[in-house]
Amino acid sequence: MPRVSYTAPTTIDDAVKALAASAGLAKVLSGGTDLLVQLKSGRARPELIVDTKRIPGMIGIREEGDTFVIGGATPGVMISADERLVKAFPGIVEGVDLIGSTQIQGRASIAGNLCNASPAADSVPPVIAARGTAVVAGPNGRREVPVEAIVTGPGQTSLQKGEFVVEFRIPKPKPRQSDAYLRFIPRTEMDIAVVGCAVNVTLDASGTCTDARVVLGAVAPTQIICAEAAQALIGHKLDDETLQKLDSAARGSCRPISDKRGTIEYRIKIAGVLARRAAAIAFERAAARA
Amino acid sequence: MSKHHVSTVINGEPKEFLCEAQQTLLDCLRDEMGLTGSKEGCGSGDCGACSVICDGKVVCSCLMLGVEAEGRTIITVEGVAEGEKLHPVQQKFLEHAALQCGFCTPGFIVAAKALLDENKNPTEEETRYWLAGNLCRCTGYDKIIRAVLDAAAVMRGENPPSPAA
Amino acid sequence: MSYLDKSALRLVGTRPIRPDGVDKVTGRANFGADMAMPGMLWGRIKRSPHAHARIVSINVDKALTLPGVKAVTTRADFPDIPPDKRVIGAAPHNLWDLSRNCMAQGKALYEGHAVAAVAATSPDIAEQALDLIEVQYEVLPHVMDVEAAMAPDAPLLHDNVFTAGIEPKPTKPSNITKMVRFAKGDVEAGFKEADIIVEQRYTTKPVHQGYIEPHACLVSVGADGQCTIFSSSQGQFMVRAYTSRICGADIASIRAIPAEIGGGFGGKTIIYLEPLAYMLSKKSGRPVKMVMSREEVFRATGPTSGAVVEVKLGAKKDGHITAARTVLKYQAGAFPGSPVQQGCICSLAVYDLPNAETIGYDVLCNRAKVAAYRAPGAPIGSFAVESCVDELARELRIDPLELREINGAKEGTKATHGPTWVNIGYQKTLEAARASEHLKTPLKPGQGRGIASGYWHNAGGESSAACHINEDGTVTVTEGHPDIGGSRASMALMVAEVLGVPFENVRPVVGDTTAIGFSASTGGSRVTFAGGMAVTQAAEKVIVELKKRAAVIWDISPEAVEWKDGKVYPAGPNAGSFEPLSLSEIAGKAARTGGPISAEVQINAQGQGPGFTTHICDVEVDRETGYVKILRYTAIQDVGRAIHPSYVEGQMQGGVAQGVGWALNEEYVYDKDGRLENPGFLDYRVPVASDMPMIDTIMIEVPNPRHPFGARGVGEVPIVPPMAAVANAIADATGIRMRDLPMSPPKLRAAFDAEPPARAAAE
Repeated sequence: MPRVSYTAPTTIDDAVKALAASAGLAKVLSGGTDLLVQLKSGRARPELIVDTKRIPGMIGIREEGDTFVIGGATPGVMISADERLVKAFPGIVEGVDLIGSTQIQGRASIAGNLCNASPAADSVPPVIAARGTAVVAGPNGRREVPVEAIVTGPGQTSLQKGEFVVEFRIPKPKPRQSDAYLRFIPRTEMDIAVVGCAVNVTLDASGTCTDARVVLGAVAPTQIICAEAAQALIGHKLDDETLQKLDSAARGSCRPISDKRGTIEYRIKIAGVLARRAAAIAFERAAARA
Repeated sequence: MSKHHVSTVINGEPKEFLCEAQQTLLDCLRDEMGLTGSKEGCGSGDCGACSVICDGKVVCSCLMLGVEAEGRTIITVEGVAEGEKLHPVQQKFLEHAALQCGFCTPGFIVAAKALLDENKNPTEEETRYWLAGNLCRCTGYDKIIRAVLDAAAVMRGENPPSPAA
Repeated sequence: MSYLDKSALRLVGTRPIRPDGVDKVTGRANFGADMAMPGMLWGRIKRSPHAHARIVSINVDKALTLPGVKAVTTRADFPDIPPDKRVIGAAPHNLWDLSRNCMAQGKALYEGHAVAAVAATSPDIAEQALDLIEVQYEVLPHVMDVEAAMAPDAPLLHDNVFTAGIEPKPTKPSNITKMVRFAKGDVEAGFKEADIIVEQRYTTKPVHQGYIEPHACLVSVGADGQCTIFSSSQGQFMVRAYTSRICGADIASIRAIPAEIGGGFGGKTIIYLEPLAYMLSKKSGRPVKMVMSREEVFRATGPTSGAVVEVKLGAKKDGHITAARTVLKYQAGAFPGSPVQQGCICSLAVYDLPNAETIGYDVLCNRAKVAAYRAPGAPIGSFAVESCVDELARELRIDPLELREINGAKEGTKATHGPTWVNIGYQKTLEAARASEHLKTPLKPGQGRGIASGYWHNAGGESSAACHINEDGTVTVTEGHPDIGGSRASMALMVAEVLGVPFENVRPVVGDTTAIGFSASTGGSRVTFAGGMAVTQAAEKVIVELKKRAAVIWDISPEAVEWKDGKVYPAGPNAGSFEPLSLSEIAGKAARTGGPISAEVQINAQGQGPGFTTHICDVEVDRETGYVKILRYTAIQDVGRAIHPSYVEGQMQGGVAQGVGWALNEEYVYDKDGRLENPGFLDYRVPVASDMPMIDTIMIEVPNPRHPFGARGVGEVPIVPPMAAVANAIADATGIRMRDLPMSPPKLRAAFDAEPPARAAAE
């Protein structure tokens, strides 16, 4: 790997200063499972690596009133092992759990998964579907933005120089609200998502959907919040007609490319399939959360 | 550029080494500390041959910088046995012939140990998914999975029959 | 002596722990990249970014001035190899081609082709030095697809290659390096007799052996030209010979030490790094370590061919095949030498065909030179033939297993390529399939079952072995074959069986090129056969010596002793006069009775037995996504005699897993410039643990009487049927026939969507 400098600050302010002051490119290191791959391949050539794992609060999960707060550098295994998160957002946990292997899980963070800005990131669609926000620290202080505002294109974020994601804030689910995340890959594990779909629904006592978010991954330059798909669900139960509309809406909202992981036609079809299947799981889970 | 001085605990022993920031933990284990048991199969976290346990979690050492090991506890394949006494996973790998060329074996031993430290009674499916990040090209995984499930039984105090004779 | 009677065996056929096992589970075993030497430098290679380009100039001046760089090497350092020196011993490779594959001459013929190499004091500095080497290329049009490369106006890789095997001899150079043909009977007449004809075209993509250990070596050349090579390979004698020829050194000046090898499957029966490291070490005066990255392994080491195979089968309504014609077109990569001939031969060998013709073409294209991959050529040809036989079965409405029972090779069948089969187990594999519990298990909707058969001829060849009785009666056996799959355990079992001593008393060692006589490479499924034959003969020779020593101790005639159950007994008129002597008792008196007790044997093993197999595969197909799940798999194979059954099972299971990967997801993906888009395990998708079920194995033993224990090669046969077994299972589950590998989800979904509605209803 090319030469690089490394620092491991112990406060957020020191991290911001180091990132802002770097003459050349500075990259944040949390889990390293994307960054180190890119350093080795030459895709990223930073001068400075800022390791955020020694900053108190960057790793950890806590509750603040109606919100779950997840530190930006929290590894996937910690998220999957947290009973509260598994119960509240099984879809987010599913997404996190699908990132790579057990070994990758031991390190990979959702801040990294988000800021790496791959359209195929597995943890991002369900966090967006849950209306999660990201708290960003930078030279101008803190700001909180919807997670979907961070990624602007493949490999690109809206973060300015000196900024990094400190934590995620996710509103606790209401009664009869739950989620699901499915992805399609050619093997059973170890592949980047060909298509990913997160569905987050809220139901009333009769099983009718009162609120929904459907978020697709890997079918556009960024994750897509499919308004039309959500509209297909809201006000309806998950019957065959609703499923057909959902399938159509999901397919219609895709803008995929053909690459070594899938063709345009295939991705569009699978988007519809996954939307139906994820919705079925989300509805079932939501109904059980009376 | 001057090197980083790292203090860490490896296989139960305090160890210090010097490294440049861009050297991975795998590079440091193999080239600075002579611990060549962990292998590089891909360098990109896709094969698991470099697996080590860091602060209780199994990780790919090729995707960790050596400097990140500061103050952490690392277990490599060289630290799985206790002196002459093999860990049940190692013993069962031998009895089941769960290795052919043996290159992926250190990574599997470490990952399997991590599984059994956490889950005393994994199913076949759980075991396969836990180990999905460890590639083996020789065995087709059959005997590896059998060995791990048998090792779990041994660790639960059971006495499964051995295929070795 | 013969040990063919299984009931008389004490050790062979049992499953002891392998002697090198503890080292491997504790991380002590040394593989190719695990060694270091004082003063060691790190080597790195500069590679062509173009699939086809003339190398206009190479300027290494800047690289040489970078502090830490100790040597740079280019083509200029490597000698031309005159025509009479291009082959060495019985090794199959053209060393002039290999030399130019290791370091490009004049043209870069594939993306990743080596054009220069450097050695420096750290890997980091070596990488920086590569960026300072300036190479000017003139990019040329490239060609990848095998049929495109065969076209008369295709970009030519070599202007001095003329198609061999066709008359009259061509005057125009071609990418088709040769045509081969085998025939039996009269195919046209045979097709006329047929009631049904099935004619189809099958295509495959290049796939890599996928060994987890990248190529690695450590080479040290002294000022006197004496050289030590530590590397992982499938043959240290091959490493020595090829390095010597490519670098222009005497064979005796090179000592090649075999590291433990982290997988080869044929891909390490040649070398890539050692000659470059040799030159760098020679020029710098220091040892040089070179280790390929995974990306380099994919870009620059030989995968196997991608291919087009056309099959035409004719049969009578009762199922008898009257004629078969196959045409195989295989990619060779940058230099001649695809395994198309094996493809032609092996795919038809399973059948008793009255009339057959098979034609093969070896075709150059701008990819790394093809390297052997487990039963080279056979899996591709058999994917096509076994799929077509299945299609024929469906047309005839005859059960696919029954069709093979009708047409399968038997004792006395003459194969299309010439030999007459004796002592073969193919019919028994069909019987075992018929009787198997797997076949009786019913399937659910959406599930399907496929059957396919396979053949591999296996190899014999040169092996040496030495058997030493140590002073305490333990035994050291030195042989010359890198242990790729547990063969040391089998060697120890055979020697311990012959000597009548406990398995633990026999220590097998893979010797370097100075420690044992010449031994051909580990490959061709030959080690248990030829190496086993050599160690057995060495042990038997030792027994002759042990008997002589006992006679000396007892002061009787050496004819009057016999060897039984690990001891020497006085016989004849002296029977009962003395207590029998054990091996350790005789060993303790070795110096007094004549000196060290050892025997060494060098053979060119003949009489290897072919291997036949039949596989059964169940799949479940998700029609919406095209995802195929392997539910169940049974491999039934004639193994001759399973010396160590666990390692035989392991070979069967490993071959199946590779075949499944080849069937479903593995392929090289190139962009329009001929650059590889998936040079890593992320997007080159080998099966992971959760992709496979348990793989059941049934070992049939029809002993090969030409081997003392009846062994046949077992390692390669199991990769031959899986692609067709999976394709046939998918056809059974869905009615859709996939004829293009890999059968990845997008292609299945597209096939379902293209399916005419009438057929879907009829299913």
